[in-house]
Amino acid sequence: MNEMTDPTVIGQRTPRVDGEYKLTGRAGYTGELHVEDMLYGYPVPATIAHGVLTSLDVDAARGMPGVVDILHHRRVPKLYRSPNSMGHGDQVSEIRLPFEDERIHYHGQYVALVVAETFDQARAAAHAVVARYRQEDDARPSLLLTDAEGDLLEEEGDSRGDPDAAFERAAVTLDETYCIEAESHLQMEMHATLAEWRGKRLIVHESTQGVVYQRNALARTFDLPQEDVEVISHYIGSGFGNKLFMWPHAIATAAAAQLVGRPVKTVLPRQQDMLTAGNRPASRQRIRLGAERDGTLTSIRHDSTTETSTVDRYVDSCGGATPSAYACDNVAISQRILPVNHGTPCPMRAPGEVSGVYALEAAIDELAIALAMDPVELRLHNYAQHDPQSGLPWSSKQLDKCLRSAADRFGWSQRDPGIGAMRDGDEIIGYGMASATWSAGRQPCEARVELRADGSVFAACGTQDIGTGTYTIVAQTAAELTGVPVERVDVKLGESSLPAGPLSGGSMTTATTLPAVAAAVRDAVDALKEIVTKPEGAFAGVDPDALQVRDGGLASEDKHISFAELLAMHDVASVNGKGQAAPGGEQEEYSFRSFGAHFVEVRWDPGISRLRVSRVVSSIDVGRAINPLAARNQVEGAIVMGIGMGILEKLEYDPRDARLMNSNASDYRVAVHADMPEVVDVELLDYPDFRFNEFGARGIGEIGLTGVGPAIANAVHHATGKRFRTLPITVDKLVEALG
Amino acid sequence: MRTFAYARADSVERAVDAQHAQQAGAFVAGGTLLLDLVKLDVMRPQQVTDISALPMKEVAFVDDDRLRIGALVTNTDLAHHPDVRQHYPLLSQAILNGASTQIRNMASTGGNLMQRTRCPYFRDVAAACNKREPGSGCDAMQGINRMHAVLGGSEHCIAVHPSDMCVALAAIGATVTLQGPDGTRDVDFGNFHRLPGETPHQEQDITDDELIVALTLAPPLAPQGAAYVKLRDRASYEFALAAAGAMISLDGDMIGEARLALGGVATKPWRCAEAEEILRGQPAETATFERAAEAALADAQPLEHNAFKVPLARQAIVRALRDATRDAKEGHA
Repeated sequence: MNEMTDPTVIGQRTPRVDGEYKLTGRAGYTGELHVEDMLYGYPVPATIAHGVLTSLDVDAARGMPGVVDILHHRRVPKLYRSPNSMGHGDQVSEIRLPFEDERIHYHGQYVALVVAETFDQARAAAHAVVARYRQEDDARPSLLLTDAEGDLLEEEGDSRGDPDAAFERAAVTLDETYCIEAESHLQMEMHATLAEWRGKRLIVHESTQGVVYQRNALARTFDLPQEDVEVISHYIGSGFGNKLFMWPHAIATAAAAQLVGRPVKTVLPRQQDMLTAGNRPASRQRIRLGAERDGTLTSIRHDSTTETSTVDRYVDSCGGATPSAYACDNVAISQRILPVNHGTPCPMRAPGEVSGVYALEAAIDELAIALAMDPVELRLHNYAQHDPQSGLPWSSKQLDKCLRSAADRFGWSQRDPGIGAMRDGDEIIGYGMASATWSAGRQPCEARVELRADGSVFAACGTQDIGTGTYTIVAQTAAELTGVPVERVDVKLGESSLPAGPLSGGSMTTATTLPAVAAAVRDAVDALKEIVTKPEGAFAGVDPDALQVRDGGLASEDKHISFAELLAMHDVASVNGKGQAAPGGEQEEYSFRSFGAHFVEVRWDPGISRLRVSRVVSSIDVGRAINPLAARNQVEGAIVMGIGMGILEKLEYDPRDARLMNSNASDYRVAVHADMPEVVDVELLDYPDFRFNEFGARGIGEIGLTGVGPAIANAVHHATGKRFRTLPITVDKLVEALG
Repeated sequence: MRTFAYARADSVERAVDAQHAQQAGAFVAGGTLLLDLVKLDVMRPQQVTDISALPMKEVAFVDDDRLRIGALVTNTDLAHHPDVRQHYPLLSQAILNGASTQIRNMASTGGNLMQRTRCPYFRDVAAACNKREPGSGCDAMQGINRMHAVLGGSEHCIAVHPSDMCVALAAIGATVTLQGPDGTRDVDFGNFHRLPGETPHQEQDITDDELIVALTLAPPLAPQGAAYVKLRDRASYEFALAAAGAMISLDGDMIGEARLALGGVATKPWRCAEAEEILRGQPAETATFERAAEAALADAQPLEHNAFKVPLARQAIVRALRDATRDAKEGHA
């Protein structure tokens, strides 16, 4: 492997190459796009969560100004359910097709799609569609409002040793249940689809985290050859996981365009986006720990239940990180899912594991208190020097450095562990900490690179930039390997017709895409070398392997000629390179994970029951950060999201009928600027992981969120003496427990 | 959203006349409320009269030291007006605790008085709501009522009045001037908002063809301390779970005059007259504040999810009275 040990562009703080486009409004997001003859779609959402559509009167709406057509269960083109396979790349978010039948499974389920000449006409007509329902009274509003156990998933289990026996023998035990309410992604940009049929071909602009997956899924749904479908997504206003796989609105929009023979654009309004396009499901997790008096963990059991919908089987695997978290001989995890009357849940930033890490790290804090041990010491005492589940060595693990460095910068040693022992005016100060972790994965990927006559480099890959900075790191990669400045690299992403690239998910995009781009650069350079070393070439007689790439050109001894000059000299318009990369044998030799530590200070004013997060100090070990500017931004943003999870965010379903009652950005509360801690101190450790890839980079999108919730809950316990085992820890709970 | 006719009024008289001639008309100024509810299909005006260009943007003292505020003065301008900051600091504080900068830049004084509840069942046309559709019932009563009122509710409605500004106005005292087809009339602010009773859809003492033209504040309490304590789920862009606005004048260590009003816990801006009575002439200390807080919440009727608001409102009161007292002392020094 070509270990990139001394890069000059990679690893540098690099402003986003697409920043100017975004700032000036030239970056066209799906909802802003317009094509000739385009119509607007507006869905009609079911107003009940459980029952049957008994009648649908569209006559009045059909006659309203501008209305062209209305799709519903009796007027929809033939559609096919996608096979929904991760392996074949046609996974969808909700297996049920729109308008399949009259059954209503969740509040907001589409019962019709109005298509009209303008957005306003479509919306007005949607309000005029009259749907009648027979509501059934056994709706299930939330996992956390029922004792139902759910279905046990055998394939999600994992175990070693004999945790039951070890638990029975343990000197100190803990057996507690931790819950998290359902959360919304509340991504900035709403879901949007613009579908256009050109003859038999289907062209879809979509705000998606996976153009290739959506292309494949659309081809299956409309029974088209894959090459007759193109999905385009040049700019995405984030997704946090709810844009990974296709949702019904995209199918409905493409079906509408087919039916009326004109392009149709649907932009989901916020309410419908929150109702129909996924959420982090609520979780209930029982953690049982056994330990020796000295803190040695002897048993870990982690039994989780998460919500799914009644139309699909979404699994938010909470226990994923647990088997590898601590050096403990006896571990078992299990996973159940329980159908509720919500739209199908979907991955949300660090899906499953962020919930699991909350439960485990809160339990470890409780154990530390039971043992009268410092929680940092307890973690170090049970430090997993290798992956205890696989038995493999870690490719690179710097968690101990994270714990010590963050503790140092935070001032953990100044902590008085007594409950409520630290005060400042009206406020009691609480300290809490937790470890962070997220798997490090990579996928097969292809890319294409051109060295062009004007001296620029073109790089393309069928992945997409969801706002995290993928354009920029691809440009950095091409710049690093050619010596052409970043500004002279043109990057094309977000088209399914480009060489197949990965989903923007699982914190895998960086480690997946860059090696393929690097391979494509080398392939292009090799092609150029071949040309220039021919007998009539500029470097005739030079061994191609002796030619060096330097400063945007090729060099041999003291002779340097730029790519542009070389192409001109040889009368070549451009040279092309193709690259592919995939994980290899290293996967059998090492375990790959990212690690981190969060230290949190909360302030609790008991006189007015006010809790706030005042300081967060974090150290994160993700190998090398390709672009530290964007990487830090990912962790800071994740910390903000973690504050939401810790003390604010909750989807509120009416306990009587499972209708979602806070589907807007006011009543569903994410942290705002005023909730920001005074201090957010993020350190990115720089230990390149060359066992993972030549860049030494693991992913960074998700790890920052893991551990924030438990660190907050642990700090709240320190401040108040009360252990809150359900997130978010809201004012009502604080008053009821402490008032 | 349904289509509506739109016209811009060039005088107060013509605005009122236009409104008088219509069924289902509405005035729009900043639009921060109306447009939101029109998009949700909760309000369905057929004719919207834009009053934003009318000359109702002055803030000035009239006769006996009463500050008169034009109905179109924006929340931002009012909160930062030097006379408001100097003589009515509670009003300034309360406004700046509400909404967001962007909304305050658009929202008008008159519009704030006409603000409608954030009850999610009111805002969802598929739900039963006596306020939106008289006689349809109240889904909040047995539903999610964490945000709802513990004071002033009826079996027909428990929706909270959401305004912060109006809490300060309740404490300060004011007169609302309305103009209708037959001229102007004044309504005492304390009577302007109505309790829901059996008619929760009748929210204010105003007819469909009347326009709020101005608000005149009671003379400032002086010398005074003021404090607005707003307790809420997040720190900004968030409605109150409980808010208390307090004004205190001191006579040595004793309370002279006291004013207290609550927000976030009642169906209208909630003046606490009994609590004020308890405070007057008593030592400005925690025990007194706590007695006042007890009295203010004595009639509270909590529901399934909002019982926490009772102790929370007491805390808001005690803290507001403490901080207002401190403010008064600093003012004397």
